[in-house]
Amino acid sequence: MTGPRQDPDLIRPYVRTGGRTRPSQDVRLESLVFAATGTVQGLGPDARRVLALFTPSQGGGLAVADIAATLALPPSATRILVADLMDQGLLTAPTAAEPERPAASLMERVLDGLRALA
Amino acid sequence: MDFALSPNRVDFVPRTVTQPAKIVIAGAFAVGKTTFVASVSEVAPLRMEEPIIRASTTVDDLTGTPGKNTTTVGLDYGRIHLGNQLVLYLFGTPGQIRFRPLWEDLTEGALGALVLADTRDLDASHDILGLLESQNTPYAVAINLFDHAPRYPLPEIRQALALEDHTPLTECDAREYGSCLQALITLTEYLTRPAPPLEPQP
Repeated sequence: MTGPRQDPDLIRPYVRTGGRTRPSQDVRLESLVFAATGTVQGLGPDARRVLALFTPSQGGGLAVADIAATLALPPSATRILVADLMDQGLLTAPTAAEPERPAASLMERVLDGLRALA
Repeated sequence: MDFALSPNRVDFVPRTVTQPAKIVIAGAFAVGKTTFVASVSEVAPLRMEEPIIRASTTVDDLTGTPGKNTTTVGLDYGRIHLGNQLVLYLFGTPGQIRFRPLWEDLTEGALGALVLADTRDLDASHDILGLLESQNTPYAVAINLFDHAPRYPLPEIRQALALEDHTPLTECDAREYGSCLQALITLTEYLTRPAPPLEPQP
């Protein structure tokens, strides 16, 4: 698997994502996703690899970054793939994505959590 | 790239986690970002790799020499569980600001940025501070205390970096967990304070 034809870097991210450059919904690198039930028909190879990652998850979740790092996919393309899988009901978010400006309460929770570790 | 073939090494977050949060660890090349992330992360830091098409070529250039037109930017990140429901992700940024879309992906939705700096090359931080300011990403600065780097009083460093009075400036040792944690607390305390007064409204 070391030949140049297998090098994922040689495939442009937009080729992997059907020409799209932005995710269909607000999916960020830190967004968490969990496996869900949905129709698995008609998925591309990258989407199938993403879903296969969750086979041993036992209900656990992954960040979009984890998927990109583990499958050696470009993070920009991974956001789009994950958004598509969420659209198809195959992956699900734990909560709605945060609004553009992070709420003060989340910062407070982070601060309390960090202080508890110190 | 054998890690790509070992999906069972994936470290899942528990189902109880409902909320991710993100802080970016920024700074110039070789300033200790990866060390910082590794020191404070609860899991072995992971690396994403984003292929970047060089600006000198167009996206339509399909002449078959991708090795000459693309470069790969590695992005290291780690995570800290803060209780059962909240997980904090720390993303190291590229050392240069020329990969703007990548910076935007990283800083979008971030609570803030901790900018690491080295007293041997404070000027290397200016571009990054400018970029964060233009993106309205709030930040704090931490001087990474390298063993052989000269030490200066913080007020002098503040002046050299042209920091605003309200911007936190602290020191840390990127190799030490407690020191990194304290730097993150300094940033987060700043983020939870009321915003500084804006320019007078017209």
